[in-house]
Amino acid sequence: MTIEELEQIAQSVRQENAKYDYEVNVCMDLACASQGSGKLKEELEKSAADSGKRILVRRTGCMGPCSHGPLVRIDPEERLYEHVPPAKAQRIVDSLGGAPIAELQCDLNEHFESQVRVVLENAGYIDPEKMDDYIARDGYKALLTVLLEMTPGGVIHRITESGLRGRGGGGYPTGLKWGTVAKAAGGVKYVVCNGDEGDPGAFMDRSVMEGDPHRVLEGMAIAAYAVGASKGFIYVRAEYPIAVSRLTTALREARRRGLLGNNIANTPFSFDVEIRLGAGAFVCGEETALIASIEGKRGTPRTRPPYPASSGLWGKPTLINNVETFANIAPIVRNGGKWFHDMGSERSKGTKVFALTGKIANTGLVEVPMGIKLREIIEKIGGGVPEGHTFKAVQTGGPSGGCIPAEMLDVGVSYDALLKMGSIMGSGGMIVMDDSSCMVNVARFFVEFCMTESCGKCIPCRAGTAQMHTLLTRISNGTGTLEDLELLEDLCVTVKEASLCGLGQTAPNPVLSTLKYFRNEYIEHIVNKRCPAGVCGMEAAAEVLA
Amino acid sequence: MAAFTPPPLPSDDNRWKIVNGTMRKNGFARHALIETLHTVQQSFGYLDDDAIRFVARSLRVPLSQAYGVVTFYHYFNLKPPGRHTLTICAGTACYIKGADKLLADAEKKLGVKPGKTTGDGEVSLMMARCVGACSRAPVALCDNEVRGELTRAQMIEQLERWTVA
Repeated sequence: MTIEELEQIAQSVRQENAKYDYEVNVCMDLACASQGSGKLKEELEKSAADSGKRILVRRTGCMGPCSHGPLVRIDPEERLYEHVPPAKAQRIVDSLGGAPIAELQCDLNEHFESQVRVVLENAGYIDPEKMDDYIARDGYKALLTVLLEMTPGGVIHRITESGLRGRGGGGYPTGLKWGTVAKAAGGVKYVVCNGDEGDPGAFMDRSVMEGDPHRVLEGMAIAAYAVGASKGFIYVRAEYPIAVSRLTTALREARRRGLLGNNIANTPFSFDVEIRLGAGAFVCGEETALIASIEGKRGTPRTRPPYPASSGLWGKPTLINNVETFANIAPIVRNGGKWFHDMGSERSKGTKVFALTGKIANTGLVEVPMGIKLREIIEKIGGGVPEGHTFKAVQTGGPSGGCIPAEMLDVGVSYDALLKMGSIMGSGGMIVMDDSSCMVNVARFFVEFCMTESCGKCIPCRAGTAQMHTLLTRISNGTGTLEDLELLEDLCVTVKEASLCGLGQTAPNPVLSTLKYFRNEYIEHIVNKRCPAGVCGMEAAAEVLA
Repeated sequence: MAAFTPPPLPSDDNRWKIVNGTMRKNGFARHALIETLHTVQQSFGYLDDDAIRFVARSLRVPLSQAYGVVTFYHYFNLKPPGRHTLTICAGTACYIKGADKLLADAEKKLGVKPGKTTGDGEVSLMMARCVGACSRAPVALCDNEVRGELTRAQMIEQLERWTVA
């Protein structure tokens, strides 16, 4: 495959698409599919075939505002229709070339206005199972440019220059990580993509793997060239069967086209990727545990150093990046490091995809430039908390993150700012809570999660999270005392400082952040035996009083 | 050193051939353990002792290690699932939108705890960590079909349809 051949494929796709007057794009991502978009697409195809008009009906990945699904976008007019039932297919086909259907029109200008799409640039525009669709939107151009015109050092320089930081949550500078693996001694190296999106409440990586799988593969191949690896693994959660099937198709297509395999683009560079299934262990998102799991073992983490960059999979130097990190690589190579560096805030560059969920009007996937205010994401893009309730907190970073209260909403989103507020960026889950959520109960929910997911290797995490859970249960059933609260805070510090891996080190965050901003709720539970939100049953306290 | 000969298939059930295929594809390498266990669960619905023994011997992994892996990962089931499965998502977004209440109602309706199957083998009640459909919380999987914004009434109706049929 050469750049010219790639251009030919893109050209033929454009010619093919030019035969149609209208493109009807149907979102078939999980949320829309669960509302019948599969049937809708069938009906659209039937109506289109009978209409005599030249219509292309296309299945696409996630378009973003899932709460408005099933979504349909008509191009070239860029009309967006929401809540489209299969029965409206005929109406849509009839209306092409005429006036839009008023009752289906989705008016979300505010929602889209502040978004910048880099990772999701193809979402809603390509069929995830058609490699040519990806190629027509500059796909694999970056890989061929890198192989034919750049040195591995040049690629690393470009990534470093972009200021990209790891999107899995830690925020380690990607260029620096690549440089370390490239410099590591040894002939055999591996590239691993972490698709074990374990944070409950986050689905960005699922959408990227399902909606634009080639983007991840291209990023991995570029990384492999830069660090000198010839073998890669994608570790995907078994709970994401569609992602697995899309990636399998993408791998087969890429091999067939010679963009994976031996001597890619007639260069000495060879690279291939294997998929590995996770099996439902949150701790496997931690890199050393993930490596153990790929090796077929129990996913228990080990002490670092040595870091995977020097000794990872089967003891070889290994580069591990998250799905979204890899998804950023091709656009950076195409547009240059400076282009990416110009977006975002002082120390957090580029964009970030968030999964906006919970008590908010527009749930779904959003991609925003770093540094944007939380308030803008929640009120403008998210449409705010539905009427009748008031905003209480937004939770970021999953079980490792914290709850951010209303008074902090004017802070810009960046790795450092979120850390300072007692939360973390995390992989991108953003769960909005209103006055009907009890913060003690939420803290208990996360601690219970970490307790169940603790691998049991180190005592601070294994025993500490269990004790934290006991204390929080007491507080939420009304038998907690002020001494319990003191003990809880003390325990949080111990677990945070003494645990072996990230799971334990961050498990106290939901407790600490709610204690910091919603301490009065804890006091109310303990002293007045009352849950302000009316969530906790206070069963035990009622018994004592009776 | 004599070449390694994998043990014979446990029975003439064709599904063992599929399991064997996964191992052969991976050259009977030890690191194929999790992949192989996935194939067993996909083919048989769960992992029983015979299956774990067979896989451990074929891949030359100590039985203790194989059993350790099976019990470490939540995804693997040691008991056969019911004819139908209701999986309630226990992710954060679903929790905030009342999945805990759905779970309590399902427990009451079926008379079993999460992870268990009703006495007549009809319905299994399961919990998932997160199925990634958070924007439509609360979510449940009814025999692998994703059902979003599930209400109590819809869930009970589904359970009744299963138990009556």
